[in-house]
Parts: sequence; structure tokens; C-alpha cells
Amino acid sequence: MTDRAVTAAFRFGFGLPLDPAAAAPEALLAGLSGPDRAAATWPGVVTPEALVLLQREIGLRETKKTDPDAAAVEARAIQRAGLILQRQGQRATFARALGGAALRERLAWFWTNHFTVVPRGRNQLGWPSALRDEAIRPHLAGPFAEMLKAVAIHPGMLFYLDQIGSFGPASKRGKANGRGLNENYARELLELHTLGVAAAYTQADVRELAELLAGLTVRPADGFFFDAARAEPGAETVLGVEYGGRNTAPIFRLLEDLARRPETAAHLARKLAVHFVSDQPDPALVEALAAEWRASGGDLRRVTEVLVTHPAALSGPAAKVRPPGEFMAAALHALGVSGDEVYGMAEGPFQRLVIRPLAAMGQRWEAAPGPNGWPEAASAWVTPAGMAARIEWAMQVPGRLVVPLPDPRDLARTALGARADAELLGAVAAAESTREGAGLVFASPAFNRR
Amino acid sequence: MDRRRFLKGLACSAAAHPLLTTVTLAGSSPALGENRLVVIILRGAMDGLDVVQPRGEAVFAALRPGLSAAPALPLDDFFHLHAGLGGLLPLWRAGELAFVHATSTPYRDKRSHFDGQDMLEAGTGMDVAPAALRDGWLNRMLQAVPGTAAETAYAVGRDEMKVLMGPAPVREWAPDQGLPLSAQGRRLLERICHDDPLFGAAVADALDLTQRDAPRRDAAGTAETATPVEAVADFAAARLMEDARIAAFSLNGWDTHRGQNEALGRPLKALEQAILRLKLRLSPEVWARTAVLAMTEFGRTVAENGSRGTDHGTGGAMVAAGGAIRGGRVFGRWPGLDEAALYDRRDLMPTSDVRAWAAGVMRGFYGFGDATLEDAVFPGLDLGGAGGGAGLLL
Repeated sequence: MTDRAVTAAFRFGFGLPLDPAAAAPEALLAGLSGPDRAAATWPGVVTPEALVLLQREIGLRETKKTDPDAAAVEARAIQRAGLILQRQGQRATFARALGGAALRERLAWFWTNHFTVVPRGRNQLGWPSALRDEAIRPHLAGPFAEMLKAVAIHPGMLFYLDQIGSFGPASKRGKANGRGLNENYARELLELHTLGVAAAYTQADVRELAELLAGLTVRPADGFFFDAARAEPGAETVLGVEYGGRNTAPIFRLLEDLARRPETAAHLARKLAVHFVSDQPDPALVEALAAEWRASGGDLRRVTEVLVTHPAALSGPAAKVRPPGEFMAAALHALGVSGDEVYGMAEGPFQRLVIRPLAAMGQRWEAAPGPNGWPEAASAWVTPAGMAARIEWAMQVPGRLVVPLPDPRDLARTALGARADAELLGAVAAAESTREGAGLVFASPAFNRR
Repeated sequence: MDRRRFLKGLACSAAAHPLLTTVTLAGSSPALGENRLVVIILRGAMDGLDVVQPRGEAVFAALRPGLSAAPALPLDDFFHLHAGLGGLLPLWRAGELAFVHATSTPYRDKRSHFDGQDMLEAGTGMDVAPAALRDGWLNRMLQAVPGTAAETAYAVGRDEMKVLMGPAPVREWAPDQGLPLSAQGRRLLERICHDDPLFGAAVADALDLTQRDAPRRDAAGTAETATPVEAVADFAAARLMEDARIAAFSLNGWDTHRGQNEALGRPLKALEQAILRLKLRLSPEVWARTAVLAMTEFGRTVAENGSRGTDHGTGGAMVAAGGAIRGGRVFGRWPGLDEAALYDRRDLMPTSDVRAWAAGVMRGFYGFGDATLEDAVFPGLDLGGAGGGAGLLL
């Protein structure tokens, strides 16, 4: 177990124990090839399932007029069906983290967070999982433009950033209903998804882009739909380039251009380095990533290869803090909990032992505070309340998941290898119970850093 | 002066900085005296034009046909209050609630929530790059007062409160967190964490705070039932009744791009509950010396958008409550809603810097001079000579 491999396991996976097949960082890359076995083994939600909730919600509007009592029953039933979908998606996420290829899963988490969607209301509870599986995971090792396009036509994003409420002011439906644009998705597409807020775009670019996107919407019967009757007529000029044409063609052209822009390369190179390596990453690493992004036009396999093999990404202190979800997955991994076990967990225990503790640690799962996703800075997570929640979980939950708990000194070596120093091993050995000894391992700075 | 370097210098050696004058204190006991300042950050951009509606404007209803159809309550013969804050009307009538309209931070043009909030909490202007926004203005105020203990200021809840973070020691806590550990477990945990620069202080605070009980006081003597927002307000009030003089927390959910009439209900209810609960939990004497300022990153478009909501704008509104507030009025010069009067022909034109109102409260409460406020707490703020930003306090 080389230092390099251990560093890679902490930064690009869910920590120790090391997968024997991933003894070198380069081997992690192999996990990006081939079919998505983890998604097939532990399925999440698909768009048709998520759409059923929407269809039932629309039916409910009619029921409300005729039979309020039946409507109340149906509203609760939709809520219940939505929660079942949401929880299946959440269990799948953790099952795959434990049983899938580590790098592939971490990249899926990163890009899912980059394209954050949060359900608003009971009929949207299936979308985070569906978007992840349909728009993110198939493109983890392909051109970024393909991911960008898949997201742009995914109902999950069109709902979350209000694109479904945007009408070209001069379009047929815009004029008929007196309705206009909603700028939300257009702005975040430039600010968050591609160029970054430091880039030189203007309010006029946001406006023209909103006009260009106006045809993107969702039809309850079949999902994504390009509605020519709400698309703004004529060409739009975004960042000095004119985009004209029919249907999604000009939108896809624009997304391909955005994916290749040097501002996008710089923005996402830095974001990758900050997330995986350090809140203050080595400029050489950031530039190497940006250079590969520019040279390959945003080929995510090649950019990822630079990321996991660059010397600056495999050295230096463990300066990042594992965010709560990663803390959870890494702890379950060290405890030997399997993907099947998590996927098969009953609803009550899964909520009590996983989802509610995550919220207490500061991460309401699939409910990031905004479209910019979760914070990166260590200071956002290492708060007294957040740490108390981690300690509480560390002290109470492992003993309910693994019976009997392993000897805490063995657990320290399994979870931390050489990162467990003499002081930690001494404290673990001095604990008055196995439960608290195991808790100290997971509460320790060594386990919470990566 | 190079503001980035200035800020960095501040972060390193606040106490030694020549611009930070020692403050003459109003009271005697803790370093800040007896006045209490509560800052609520309204994340997502509260629509000031919907909360305090200029119904006296001829064009208002036409610009917002769907939004203006919802009920509102008259504040005076020009402004109406959104019905979702109706529970605050008694405070308005008692002179304990005011609004500042057409105000904003110096943030302009990109209309990004995240940069907008960073600037609001850093208290800086457009001349400071977002990445250079390191500490918050409440923290810099504390840096200007020698001898404040961490107990003086509390960030409450689970959201990061950059407005209060920085070199001056402060406390952070979420009121619903416990920590079941044996005495031996506590000792061992402290031992493995206390040398770690990242974890040491947070774990020590967690161990300390979980050993205390938040004192509870219920004026009506009724059973304890609190919403999450009320629990945050209760905890803040309990601390303010003791040694704390500053509290800060967030209320989220203001980004109402769609179906605003429905979407605004929940955040308004939370704001109302937070203010009413603070008043309930603070003694009348303490409430009389309290100012609650609720501020947001920017306002929203003057016109309703295509989906019965509003998009990101510029000028907005601030809510001010408390016994120390000169209430019952809407402060700020009203710029009008005619297209030529708007910012960028789409947003409410800001006519004041929201930092100036906060600075006025700090001056009145804690005796800071304009030089400290303009150079150290809010670098680049122009209070325009004596009395700038005054008026909010009685």
C-alpha cells in the first residue's frame, strides 16, 4: 500500500480499505470504462417513473374541483409515491458508492453536484435521481458538451431552474398569454454550469440566451419537449455569436461552444482541483487541467486522467474535509457494509442512520441550498454543530450496523492505515467501550480529512 | 489604498491596525454594553417590491398584474405590506417595525446570488474581488472592540454565516444538537482533536455547548412548541439574555422565479415567526435595546416575469424591528417606477447603501466613529459626513 495509492483512495475514492485492483492511481481510471454496472445493479429512478407523479398531480387539479375528500387522499398518495422514489434514488447512491468503482462514483457525485437539482414539491421527488442516471452518469468520461446537452433537455433541470415557465415574448404562446421570459436557467447556465461568474458576459447575454432557450419545456405525457410555439422567433446573439435555426439545433450549437470556451476550461479546472485536492490548489495542477480541457475541447476522460495522476494531486497534506455524504460513505466502507446491504435497508433505519444524521452534519441530502450546490471550504463543514453531529453518528451508529463491532484498534488501521498516528491509536485503546473506541476513529481529524 | 491588501492586513493583525480606534463604550458590563444587534440574512433575494408594495405608484399594478392581485395591508397612503407579514402589523403600530426601501449593497450587474451574498456578508464594495472577501462585517466590528469574548456573538443554525466569521472569536451553534459521550470519551476526543488547526476549536466548542442547557423562558407559560425557525430564535434570545450582544442567522427560500404568490408564503412566515419569537423570548427591557436587521443580497425585477414570478434585480428592501427601532415608517428615498427611473431599465434604483443603515445602528448602539465604520467595518462606505445612515434608531 503505497502513500500515493492511499492518497488517491482518500482523494478520488471513499478511502480505505483499498480495492486491490486500485493499488495505483492509474488503475482507478480503469473504473471509468465499460458499462455502468453499479447503476444496473442498484437502479435509481427513470424519467417515466418520475413523470407519473406529475401526471397524477395534474389529475389531482380536476379531482379537487369535484371531490375534495378524494383529492386529499390522492395528494397524500402522491407524496408517498414521491418519497418512495426519492428514497430508492438515495439508497442507490450509497449502494453504488460502496459497491461500484470508486472514481466513477466520486465523479458522479461531483458532476451531480455541479448540476444540482432540488425537488420543489411532492411531484418532483424523482428528478434528482433520474437526472443523475440519465444525464450525468452516461457522460462521466466523454465530452463535457454531451453532459451539458443531456442536462439541458432533462425535465429535472427544466423544472428546477424554472425553464418550463419561460416564454419567448414574441412567440405565439407568449403573445397569446401575455407571458415572457424567465431568466433563471440562462443565468445559471453561464454563471455556474460553464463560464463562471468571473467571465465577461453581460445582462444582455443572459437575456438573449433566455430567448434562445425559450422552447425547452416538459410535456407531462412524455417528458422533454421542444415547444416551437413558445420559442422566440429569430436568431439570438450570445457572447458575440449568432445562433439561428430550428428546434434544439441552435441551442446544442451554443452548448458545444460554451463547453469549449477557455473560461469554461478555467472555471471547471479550478472547481475540480478545489473539490478533489485542496481549497487552495496548486496553480500548476489547475493549469494542467485547464490546458487539457482546452486541448481536448472538454474531454472529461482526458481531464480526469490528468487530475488523478498529476504529482500535485497525489502529494501534500490532507487539507480537505470530507463533506458529510463522503464521511458517511467512507465510514460505511471502512465498516465493511456492502452495497446490497444499504440498498436493502428498510425505510426507518435508512432515515434514522443515514439521511437524518447527514442533515444534522449540514447536508440535507439532495437539498443543497442553491443551484451552486454544496460548499467546498473546510470552514463550511467544520462547525461545532456539524462536528457534534459527526461525533454523535460515530459514537452511536456503527454499533447498530455491524454486530459485533471490530476491535477499535483494528478498525483504526483498516480505515486509516498509516494515517492513524500513535496518539490516535493510544486514545482508541484507552476508550472505555468498543463503541466509543470505534467512535473515536470516525470522529478523528485523520478520518475527516482527505 | 489597495483594498485587497488592506483586508488581508486586517485579517492578520486587527488589533494592531492603526485605523481601528478603540471604542468608547456605552455600557459597563460586557465590552459592547447592553444593546443587542440581530442580523438575519435573507438568502435568495427577497422581493422588496412585494414585501413593501408601492401601491401608490400608478404603474405598479400594470407591471405586476398577477402579484398585485394578492391581498396586502396598508402601511400608509403609499405603501402596503404583503399579507404574509400581517402578524407584524402590531409591531408596526407600536413603532417597533420599520422598512428601508430602494436600498442595496454596492453589488451591481451580474446579479449572482452567490457573489451578491458574499458581498452582503463581507460588507465590501465592487472594488474588492469576490475571492478576497475573507471576513464578515460583524466580525470586523468585533475586531474593533478590544476584549470581546467568543460568547459575545453567536451564529445560530446550520447555515454558514460568513457575516460573522473572521479572526475575532465567535460562537456557532445549532440548538437541536446533542452529544452523548462518557466523560472518558470527551477527554479522549479532546486529546485527539485539540492540536488540529481545523478541528480543535470546533470540537472544543461542541463539547462545551452540549454540556449546557439553553435556558427557556415562556412568557405565556404555555407548553414548548417551536418550529425550527422559532427554535433558532429561542436559542438566539436565550444567549442575548445572557452575555451575547450579537446574533446572526439565515432564512432561506426567497428566490421566487415562479408562482411567487404561493412561493413567498413560507419564507415570509419564517421571517414573521423569527421576529415575533425574539420579542416574546427577550425581556421587555432587553427588547427595548434590540435592533433586528433583515437584509438580502439584492432585490428583484420590477416587472413580473413570464411565470408569475420575478427575476434577479438590484434595489430591494431591508426589514428593521425591535424596541430600539424608530418604527412605523418606511425609510429611504423612493426613486419611482417609471422606466427612466429604473436601474438598467428593469430594476428598482437603489437610493441608499444598505451598509450605511447598519453602520448607523452600530454608531448609535456601540459608539463607533465614522472613520472606523467607513475604513474598517465597511471598507469604502461613504457615510457622507456626520449623521449618514442615522435615523433607524430611536
